[in-house]
Amino acid sequence: MAEALARISQVQDWGMIQIRADLSRAGDAIAEAAGVALPGQGRITTDGSRTLGWMSPDELLLVLPRAETAEALAALQDALATEHALVLDVSDMRAVFRIQGAKALDVLMKLCPADLAAMPQDGLRRTRAAQVACGIWRETDGYVLIGFRSVTDYLRGILTGAAVPGTQLDPR
Amino acid sequence: MLTLTCPYCGIAAEETELQPGGEAHLKRFGPGSTDAEFEAYLFARKNPKGVHFERWRHAYGCGKWFMAARDTATLQVFGTYSAQTPHPTPEIVAAIQAHRPDWQPDWLAEPTTQTPADTSAESLNA
Repeated sequence: MAEALARISQVQDWGMIQIRADLSRAGDAIAEAAGVALPGQGRITTDGSRTLGWMSPDELLLVLPRAETAEALAALQDALATEHALVLDVSDMRAVFRIQGAKALDVLMKLCPADLAAMPQDGLRRTRAAQVACGIWRETDGYVLIGFRSVTDYLRGILTGAAVPGTQLDPR
Repeated sequence: MLTLTCPYCGIAAEETELQPGGEAHLKRFGPGSTDAEFEAYLFARKNPKGVHFERWRHAYGCGKWFMAARDTATLQVFGTYSAQTPHPTPEIVAAIQAHRPDWQPDWLAEPTTQTPADTSAESLNA
């Protein structure tokens, strides 16, 4: 009873690179430079440390350890030098939270107007958490939620509040 | 509650994830048009009770504008389609007529292909 629905923790050591390009033209070059395969519509691909997520028909997000960001940024810019494309380090723009535990889905169900239970195992869903935009995908034992850094405190507050002990959605 | 499927990312987005953009398929009348045309472009809207075409933006998602065909009275959604179309697509028309046999398109000719002449207004901005 006294246990929170999920463990909410903020991730500080991830880097993020936003890639905007014509994916049908530059997809192979991006996949090679990023080191992970190109994800399908609304999906992610991952090799364990790096994750490439499909954000919109012309946008990808590469999530990787912070230390590798500069190197990957240079590789992607090099690979897309001949394309009309944007490669940008957005690590400092984002806040990342982990929602872990058996009832992690309950926490997100309270905040998001999305059917996350039906999301594929490798799905990425952009939606809103209460009043702010966010992106959500699965990882081992829970979910990852990304939002804007300017609303970090708000996100931490609503996630912690939604995980208060005894507030699970199943009947008691 | 209105749930529309974004044709660009395939997500069934709920109304609060979307930004409404008003009536679809308006033709712009800018410099060189008459005052009456310009006023109609700015203010005249169909506001029908029944089948209507609207613009929506997947604001809390991929951020793309798309079109939706729905009934304003029953909230029945007939379909969503790409914003890069001068008129509702034949598939959308068929979906509407499957539910509303009396309904007829109110635009003139169904363009078989999108010719450059049809999009001259957009190509100025391209």
